Amino acid sequence: MNLQAIRAIYLFEMSRTFRTLLQSIASPVISTALYFIVFGSAIGQHMATIDGVPYGAFIVPGLVMMTLLTQSIANASFGIYLPRFTGTIYELLSAPVSVVEVLAGYVGAAASKSVLLGAIILVTARFFVPFEIVHPVWMVAFLVLIAVTFSLFGFILGLWADGFEKLQIVPLMIVTPLAFLGGTFYSIDMLPGIWRTVSLFNPVVYLVNGFRWSFYGASDVSPGVSFGMTFVFMALCVGVVTWMFRTGYRLRT
Amino acid sequence: MAADPIVVVSGLEKTYETGFKALKGIDLAIERGEIFALLGPNGAGKTTLIGIICGLVRPTSGTVTADGHDIVRDYRAARAAIGLVPQELATDTFETVWNTVSFSRGLFGLPADRAEVERVLRELSLWDKKDAKIKTLSGGMKRRVLIAKALAHEPRILFLDEPTAGVDVELRRDMWGIVRRLRERGVTIILTTHYIEEAEEMADRIGVIDKGELILVEEKHRLMRSLGRTRVSVGLREALIAVPPGIDDRLTLSSDGTTLSLVLDGETEDDDDSIAALVKALSARGIDFKTINTTRSSLEEIFIDLVGSRS
Repeated sequence: MNLQAIRAIYLFEMSRTFRTLLQSIASPVISTALYFIVFGSAIGQHMATIDGVPYGAFIVPGLVMMTLLTQSIANASFGIYLPRFTGTIYELLSAPVSVVEVLAGYVGAAASKSVLLGAIILVTARFFVPFEIVHPVWMVAFLVLIAVTFSLFGFILGLWADGFEKLQIVPLMIVTPLAFLGGTFYSIDMLPGIWRTVSLFNPVVYLVNGFRWSFYGASDVSPGVSFGMTFVFMALCVGVVTWMFRTGYRLRT
Repeated sequence: MAADPIVVVSGLEKTYETGFKALKGIDLAIERGEIFALLGPNGAGKTTLIGIICGLVRPTSGTVTADGHDIVRDYRAARAAIGLVPQELATDTFETVWNTVSFSRGLFGLPADRAEVERVLRELSLWDKKDAKIKTLSGGMKRRVLIAKALAHEPRILFLDEPTAGVDVELRRDMWGIVRRLRERGVTIILTTHYIEEAEEMADRIGVIDKGELILVEEKHRLMRSLGRTRVSVGLREALIAVPPGIDDRLTLSSDGTTLSLVLDGETEDDDDSIAALVKALSARGIDFKTINTTRSSLEEIFIDLVGSRS
């Protein structure tokens, strides 16, 4: 294992994050703060509690999760797409590294950035709505696991995309709808029967619910199932990336 | 020639998914410490060959070893021995020179070493620019950054793919100086070029690749001797009507009768003797002349002959 390479990639990616601090961190924080003002403070005051949790507090895990998903995908996909686009990928391909080092470096950096963002958003949220975290260790575990999983997904997207348009369209057309329909702003128990069943095919439901359970100890689906589903999705992503590297898909001719 | 080549290519073939056969069974051994120039017209397979050795392109069949390591089975050791300077100016435009070169060192598995990175940057006259963002640099400077990146992990083999494409004359000379200094330090250099002047100036050996086949590998001097020609032109004081008989069968006379020409194939002739004999014979016959010009064919002419005769 080439530990120096992991370190080099990780630091290089993190320095890209800090170089673009404003767009990397400030913009998601501002947009999340807007959600809290509108849904949490303004509308939330006129909403009933859900499972005994005030609406403003109820949406905190969902909003963190939504940012985590979109940012993980955006960071990781851009991180690997950029060298493919500029041609600097030649160096990675000619380096003594395997898929393990590449993933640890790129996905590790993207996930770190997402976890950092998630933490900042939690702190920001605390200024708008009061909330408690019942299972802090599980909260962190979910945060990290989901950041890693969706960074992996983003990495796949960045390898697959052959233009900036495709890079944008998957998050916009697939991830955002899934995130909105995944119980970010509501409990899926509020949905009529058939739609509740349909929702169970949305992987984001499990993420949001698992995460919400770690905050308030209550959720629509069991936390064990949530954790398991997230793991399955992560394993799937690792499988796809490994296959891509083994066959040279979109990397080596 | 040394018995321990640093790069060995055996039966290497590459067929792209489109069905295009880029390499048709290449066998090549690069000697330790030499400068090897790979010449060939565009699309001949130069970049594919380099791409396979460096890990960018997957071979269809055949094997390559670099510094004794198979590039597929033992790719980590093989790649650690190789530095690659690509043809395209692909750079991390927003990064500083220092960061991008340090990154390369780490990527190839070496611990951070400020002194070594400094040495590389100074060697390439990039030290003043170490904190500059790459996008602010000129094309020639960017090329140097790419070389610095390739050298950051102290490779024993350096591939330069068209190192002086689009570089002005002065920078090209600089680049040649850099390459020579690297060779003195024991780095084996393999460069592709279609500036034949470049190969003529720098290479110890030359390989000519055309349509995916290596049609010739030869020491530069021997190549130029064996395939080169010497043309001797004698400017006469008074026009002749016909070629004077009995001197040399290969003599020709220009249409105005004022220039006698002799073309010598380097392979069979001892050029200097032939020229001396011609001069003596002309003097003996009282044929007066005012100029003698001899021109040796350049590598370029040899190359054009070689590749041209195949198409």
